[in-house]
Amino acid sequence: MEQTSISLHTIEEVKPPVTSIGVIGWARKNLFSNILNSLLTILIAYGLFRSVPTFIKWAFVNAVWWSDGQACNQASGACWSIVTKNLRFILFGFYPYEQQWRPVFAIVLLAAFVFFSSFRRNWNKYLLVAWIVGLTLIGLIMHGGFLGLPSVETEQWSGISLTLLLSIFGLSAAYPFGVILALGRRSRLPAIKTLCVVYIELIRGVPLISMLFMASVMFPLFLPEGVTINKILRAQVAIIMFTAAYIAEVVRGGLQAIPRGQYEAAETLGLNYYLKMRLIILPQALKTVIPPTVSILISAFKDTSLVVIIGLFDLLRTTHVTLSNPEWMGFSTEAYLFTASIYFVGCFVMSNFSRRLERELKT
Amino acid sequence: MQSMFSGSAEDTTAFDRRQAPPFWRDPAKRAIVFQVVALGLVFMLSYWIFTNTQANLRKQAIATGFGFFSKEAGFEIGESLISYSAADTYARALFVGFLNTMKVACTGVILTIILGVFVGISRLSKNWLLARLAAGYTELLQNIPVLLQLFFWYGLFHTSLPGPRQSFNPLPGVFFNNRGFYFPLPENHPAYREMAIALLAACCAAYVLRRWARARQDKTGKIFPVVPVSLGAVIGLPFILWLASGMPAGLNIPHLVGFNYEGGFSFSPEFGALLLGLVLYTSAFVAEIVRAGIQAVSKGQTEAAMSIGLKPGLVLSLVILPQALRVIIPPLTSQMLNLTKNSSLAVAIGYPDFVAVANTTINQTGQAIEGVAMIMVVYLFISLVTSALMNWYNKRRALVER
Repeated sequence: MEQTSISLHTIEEVKPPVTSIGVIGWARKNLFSNILNSLLTILIAYGLFRSVPTFIKWAFVNAVWWSDGQACNQASGACWSIVTKNLRFILFGFYPYEQQWRPVFAIVLLAAFVFFSSFRRNWNKYLLVAWIVGLTLIGLIMHGGFLGLPSVETEQWSGISLTLLLSIFGLSAAYPFGVILALGRRSRLPAIKTLCVVYIELIRGVPLISMLFMASVMFPLFLPEGVTINKILRAQVAIIMFTAAYIAEVVRGGLQAIPRGQYEAAETLGLNYYLKMRLIILPQALKTVIPPTVSILISAFKDTSLVVIIGLFDLLRTTHVTLSNPEWMGFSTEAYLFTASIYFVGCFVMSNFSRRLERELKT
Repeated sequence: MQSMFSGSAEDTTAFDRRQAPPFWRDPAKRAIVFQVVALGLVFMLSYWIFTNTQANLRKQAIATGFGFFSKEAGFEIGESLISYSAADTYARALFVGFLNTMKVACTGVILTIILGVFVGISRLSKNWLLARLAAGYTELLQNIPVLLQLFFWYGLFHTSLPGPRQSFNPLPGVFFNNRGFYFPLPENHPAYREMAIALLAACCAAYVLRRWARARQDKTGKIFPVVPVSLGAVIGLPFILWLASGMPAGLNIPHLVGFNYEGGFSFSPEFGALLLGLVLYTSAFVAEIVRAGIQAVSKGQTEAAMSIGLKPGLVLSLVILPQALRVIIPPLTSQMLNLTKNSSLAVAIGYPDFVAVANTTINQTGQAIEGVAMIMVVYLFISLVTSALMNWYNKRRALVER
């Protein structure tokens, strides 16, 4: 009888050892799981300990925020004055000073549009119409010439306005062109297929810079006498031609991922080529390639900085010009860090959006 | 019921007429028309551009053709792998530029792969600190335009490094200043040449040994310790030669001559900034590719390999890596090509690469069409050769399915 007796009062729950839970447990698991990892952790921690306080001291504690160039030379920390004193030139370049609320307004409007479009429940055909209206409105506000707004020629659009102009209009124009190229590459007609393949491979094989050189020095030779187009438009054409080839390859990937049955089913319904593509194939193909398309948007945004080389005043060039002012010479690190942070924020938001989308679309 | 299927005489002729539809309803004929129209449009556009260009060139009195190749260039090039002076021809100047492009591209590709693989594996590390650091590195560098990074490094080297007389001297014999980076180099000695030959011979021997060991293992199952033996040969043979030739240890240390350092191994701040910017930027992308490639190999593969008793090192080298490489190589190829193409940004920071020299040539001769065409042809050539090589390698690595 004694052997079968079981103690009936509840046993107190045994807690896991203190070394396997909480902060200590986490550190043991993630930082000190074995000798090599412990060594690595200590090494990295030492490196951070040496570099981070130095950086903070340079960037914040000893930094100069609102002074002139003279005071900066005496300071031991960063000279953020180069940014604060030249902020409006870096951001808006040669856009008339008292009119600079217009690019600000345009950017806010654009950001609102982007934010609104980033939610999938807002995706419908009215959104496309809204974008067309919105972009036209932005263009009109920037250009002016109505309702008492003085008109500002595109030559004066510089700084961040030019960067955004080149990337957004570049992509909107390159997208349909790229889709047509991708369809051409998948075409059964040999001549059209060859034309598209040659174009895509040719463009993808050369650097963007050579396209921009072509735009700046060769396009004027291509046009009949007396006809000139402005430099920004030429660079824009080069960017569109370049981006379209990359979009075409992305879209081709999407087209290839559509099962044959979809094509055959569409043909069985008696749809012609245009209807087959518009109603059945492209909606599916374009949806699958949304994430890589966003990556192309990101690289197009970064690549607009290359127009510096042919002498357009985009965000990077206005930073560069600020640095050639004798008063601010030698503070390139601070100025470039500021510009880099603008680009970083833009690209980071887009790439996070692309990642979120990838998760949502992977059903 | 039957009457429904047997048509009248009238219907038959109607059916016949439908058999031979007008040409715009016949897909085969319509295809020909489409293609003729498309080709015609392209031809007309080219012809229009061609005649305009001819007229413009005539009016501006710009020469055409590649006659300028044999003319005297008349400009100096900052750094060159072959001897060059302003009195040399344009052709030689362009070749110098091409070599400079190849120099930065080849060094860049090697460093990028090493750094990218390291960061990519670090991102998957169990060490939280290391993984976070690697993730931060890829996020930060991927999202900043490469040209901005080049400007940043170039500006940093130019403003933060002192002049030659106050050179920064981190290690004895190593000097950093705003004219360049200087490192000591072993003094020239005949033994080095023999050591290089020995190294080459050892590498060949190691390759033969590996093939033999593999064949033997396939036949008999016996494993030969290839790695230690080859490593011993590759390091040992030159080392023995070095000992035998009296251990030459003379160093060619850079020293100040006038306003500049001379001797040793050196590279310019332009090259340094270009290389650093390109390597950091591209390695962030390579790291992502490597991480994705390793993650693409399913967990079952690791477990299966461990369950048949392979050691962790062998699991990685025999099971995971060969499968991961299959996923990694195609995007890696395009990153290498991106690096090569991005090296053309050298023109912005004054490193004399091919684009920079071609740009000077365009400005001096005014022959824009030839200049831009040359740039395009050179990069297309590099792209095609690299793709061909990588495709060949990829094919060898590809999955062999029954």
